[in-house]
Amino acid sequence: MTKQHANWSPYDNNGGSCVAIAGADYCVIAADTRMSTGYNILTRDYSKISQLAEKCVMASSGFQADVKALQKVLSARHLIYQHQHNKQMSCPAMGQLLSNTLYYKRFFPYYAFNVLGGLDNEGKGCVFTYDAVGSYERVGYSSQGSGSTLIMPFLDNQLKSPSPLLLPAKDAVTPLSESEAVDLVKTVFASATERDIYTGDKVEIVILNASGIRREYMDLRKD
Amino acid sequence: MKLDTTGLESFPTLLAPQSDVVGELSAAPSFDLPNSNDFDGFLKEAIQMVKPAKGTTTLAFIFKEGVIVAADSRASMGGYISSQSVKKIIEINPYMLGTMAGGAADCQFWHRNLGIKCRLHELANKRRISVTGASKLLANILYSYRGMGLSVGTMIAGWDETGPGLYYVDSEGGRLKGTRFSVGSGSPYAYGVLDSGYRYDLSIEEAAELARRAIYHATFRDGASGGVASVYYVGPNGWKKLSGDDVGELHYHYYPVTPSTVEQEMVEATGA
Repeated sequence: MTKQHANWSPYDNNGGSCVAIAGADYCVIAADTRMSTGYNILTRDYSKISQLAEKCVMASSGFQADVKALQKVLSARHLIYQHQHNKQMSCPAMGQLLSNTLYYKRFFPYYAFNVLGGLDNEGKGCVFTYDAVGSYERVGYSSQGSGSTLIMPFLDNQLKSPSPLLLPAKDAVTPLSESEAVDLVKTVFASATERDIYTGDKVEIVILNASGIRREYMDLRKD
Repeated sequence: MKLDTTGLESFPTLLAPQSDVVGELSAAPSFDLPNSNDFDGFLKEAIQMVKPAKGTTTLAFIFKEGVIVAADSRASMGGYISSQSVKKIIEINPYMLGTMAGGAADCQFWHRNLGIKCRLHELANKRRISVTGASKLLANILYSYRGMGLSVGTMIAGWDETGPGLYYVDSEGGRLKGTRFSVGSGSPYAYGVLDSGYRYDLSIEEAAELARRAIYHATFRDGASGGVASVYYVGPNGWKKLSGDDVGELHYHYYPVTPSTVEQEMVEATGA
């Protein structure tokens, strides 16, 4: 084995915030485009969003080198899946694949915090939220990354739907239309940019619905 | 160096493992290990960065009619609540439940893995696996990873040919058979309520109420527990979810707000 530095540290945190909101027949996935290391801004135009399948999009913050490696593994696995099954992977299937892929690196984790958004087999919006070692949960909306502690309480306040664990069950659909959801995403990023130094420059918003995929951009503060 | 985990995936891949470009992807999945001289130190640091250390209250007990399993639903990273809607009771198959305390990913992944193994046992032997057998499968896996930093404290509860079964299994290799367990940071509070109210001949409704009360009182005193108190019952016909209640609302159920006497006096005074 090669000799190593006493304090070998393979990770960095490039910051950034990700948000995903699921609706009855749409899904909105968004992330800012700033990439930083410490106080240093590396670039103002780095996309944290990758399309893994036709109806499945992942936004990732954390260490972008690990994120890139993770995206490559998933797209390779998806290519194999397409050759074997002659179809696109569904969003819940990709959700579990991502969980397993993260857990296989349990002892040398990907430093990546992901939200996966898309449409399920019935065309309903779905959002899966992860920790770095693969624990995941299907939710109505979620936020990950450096600004998540600012964004999540705001989304709770605006969207809080009854817990899916309640019995008798209560209807838990996000009560927003697609355009309202996009506006909400723009608002939360503008707010997070005010107080999080790792969030800013531009927000990239991906909207998935029955008619396909659409991208929007909005400028944020650049300081 | 990699730990071989052949059999982690439920189906063999169709591509030959030696085939070239996708070699690494089509081979049996295995855990990547860091090339570090100080594995322990590295893992400690790495996990510190990424893992939601989870405060929890879970409990399970056997009584006359079967097994009751209950849990809260909060996940926290230090002081930050990362979720209020975690499914801590994992449905392994229609006759068996697992609970999760400790690392969320460790519990989720190994319970999913246990579910696969139980199904394979069912297909090979034409009968369902016993709770004893299932808990031992899990305990053996966890023991083989002992000292590598897994964090799992789980109860396996179910109904098999011998009747109700309940085992406590943890990542240190422990496996205990018993009739009454509680696991997690809120367990001392839950045990207090559970032990004082437990009888073997409880009815299903009484047992469910006892479990709900125990979880509620644990969420009341333990800051790391909260959210929704879920109660499951496992009987001869498999498990059934009996209730899921927001503990914020349960508080007013157990301690209803009564008009204070001072206000009543004032009303009388103005009337007189």
